[in-house]
Amino acid sequence: MKFTWFHLMPYRYLPDGFKDKYRSVWVDIPRNLYDPKIGHRLYNDYLDQLELADRLGFDGLGVNEHHQNGYGLMPSPNIMAAAMARRTRNAALVVLGNSIALYNPPVRVAEEFAMLDVISGGRLVAGFPVGTSMDVNFCYGEVPATIREKYYEAHDLILRAWKEPDVFAFNGKYTKLRYVNLWPKPLQQPHPPIWIPGGGSIETWDFCADHGHQYSFLSYFGYKAGKKVADGYWKVMAKKGKELNPYSLGFAQVIAVANTDKEAEELYAPHMDYFYSRCLHVYNGFADAPGYRTPSTIRAGIVAQVGKEASLRREGLTWKDFVDEGYIIAGSPKTVRERLTEAMKSLNCGHLMMLQQIGSMPPELVRMGMELFAREVMPHMRGLWPNFQDKWSPNPLPEPERAMPAPIDLRRVETNGKTVHAASPAAHESRSAK
Amino acid sequence: MKTTHKIRDGKFSVETWEFGSGEPLLYIHGAGGLTGFDPFLEELGKDFRVIAPHLPGFGESTGGELVEDVVDAALFYHQLMDELGIPSAHIVGHSMGGMLASETAALDVHRAKKLVLVGSAGFWLDEHPIPDFFALDLSELGSYLFHDPKSPIAQLFLAIPDDQEQLVEMYVERTKRLAMASKFLWPIPDRGLKKRAHRIAAPTLLLWGESDRLIPPVYAGEFAKRIKNTKTETLKAAGHLPMYEQPEAFIKAVRGFLKS
Repeated sequence: MKFTWFHLMPYRYLPDGFKDKYRSVWVDIPRNLYDPKIGHRLYNDYLDQLELADRLGFDGLGVNEHHQNGYGLMPSPNIMAAAMARRTRNAALVVLGNSIALYNPPVRVAEEFAMLDVISGGRLVAGFPVGTSMDVNFCYGEVPATIREKYYEAHDLILRAWKEPDVFAFNGKYTKLRYVNLWPKPLQQPHPPIWIPGGGSIETWDFCADHGHQYSFLSYFGYKAGKKVADGYWKVMAKKGKELNPYSLGFAQVIAVANTDKEAEELYAPHMDYFYSRCLHVYNGFADAPGYRTPSTIRAGIVAQVGKEASLRREGLTWKDFVDEGYIIAGSPKTVRERLTEAMKSLNCGHLMMLQQIGSMPPELVRMGMELFAREVMPHMRGLWPNFQDKWSPNPLPEPERAMPAPIDLRRVETNGKTVHAASPAAHESRSAK
Repeated sequence: MKTTHKIRDGKFSVETWEFGSGEPLLYIHGAGGLTGFDPFLEELGKDFRVIAPHLPGFGESTGGELVEDVVDAALFYHQLMDELGIPSAHIVGHSMGGMLASETAALDVHRAKKLVLVGSAGFWLDEHPIPDFFALDLSELGSYLFHDPKSPIAQLFLAIPDDQEQLVEMYVERTKRLAMASKFLWPIPDRGLKKRAHRIAAPTLLLWGESDRLIPPVYAGEFAKRIKNTKTETLKAAGHLPMYEQPEAFIKAVRGFLKS
């Protein structure tokens, strides 16, 4: 079993009554609600958390791309991955991912991912989402009717750019390039593992099965509701005669661990509420542009992740409901172990994308949860899939061959041999955004 | 009555509503498509040979994947006219259909005898941004489309079926139509008509509902500025769908202009 510690990097200070005062956390959220001085602290807190996850032994560090919103502040996850590439050592950099249809030309993504892979010594997981409708259609103006076709073309171009040994010409419908010649090329050959995050579009199952990519189902309805999608995916895999290897499925799950079940509720409930009522408060008209989902997905009855129907489902749910219905896995380490094991087994899932910082959670609570999980849950679940080989994790350079970033003392500024003290350690400690 | 025309070696199967005889009149519908119950077409059939095709991707018409932009759409209408043996016709276009009618007339100046543009899309004015039609909830749509969203005809348009299966089918159909429309209108309904509108040679009626809150009447002025020979008429107590909300006044204006 593998664990990717995922961060959404939310804005923690959306005002009380946000849901009633504003129509959407995404697309047209008022700009004056963002304070860049708070943002400065938040980014640095969040990177601290991801770096800690590396030291605690999590297998992957997850970041993703979203635009114009207070739910997740990473328009460019590659910038976060670049920061982590130098200050982490072991964990995979799971960039889940770049919305490849948005980039012109898409070889830009092939280049940046190659850079990340080379800098990190081959630790990159390359994620290619279509992107949410809010992101790609409403914020970035892509025509809903053609976004998927453009996505598939970008995917083919990026893969060829990584794989072909020689310069080639690419005459696509959306991208035309006379010379494609990737410098640098990725360290992992022929390319980093590819994970396809999806929100439940059924076409994605075939796409993953046909290309051998890992399918990561990202949902906030939790593992019980997620079973319908996981089963759909496994059915397609079985029909195509593919190995039903748990590592070819990733699943995102909110996890709230504390010393006791009761303590978990006390500590986490307000932040869950913040997450579900503010971070996921998306205006219905932005949830699903016409043409973004295909008729077959709509007919399959898969509810969009956000919007009116999704909100209605969550309306009035209590902490107990959220726990009982599997939206979140919460409680003592023992409870979390049991529920999570049950969840992973029922989904046949080998890659957990775990969310331990969501909504308004402050750094000290996040740290407590991470340490508890790493110490008292993770080791017990490692051996869940003894008969399967994980073919979707990076294959980095052996440690002795890896470059070591020069150590720095962040408190000193060096100018022509004269050393000036920039900040005291005490001041540094108190500088989080709590 | 409804017929089907196969054109371009069957690549397009075109659901067409046809009424009456006389001078041909091509009606190009908006993003909502034809409803299958469009009495104004039948009424115009008393004076004209009305031909109202569903654009590929709408209704039962197939081949939507071959129509990707306004040029494809205009060429589709040219070809349909040729196959129906009407090299030129009066062309009436509504909303998105007004944009496509303008392109059809501008790309081949011999196609339109006279042109009627009703609440037409095609331009964008920063001072008068068109509401984001695609993001509007059904509950909000009424006030943009109708002068009186409470009127029986408006209620008929905005009705939501109780039956879950019907609801899903309605949603799928709406998604299909709007996905096609997004090729011309997303995210800003401007595909360069301003470079071509000057070519339109046909006398043109700009017909607007005075309460059109989707594409407000100020846009009629933009068409008047860019097309050589225009006349503007505003219909009282009508919104973006005057042919349904004020059918008599609508027909009188269209007939009057085409007969003059």
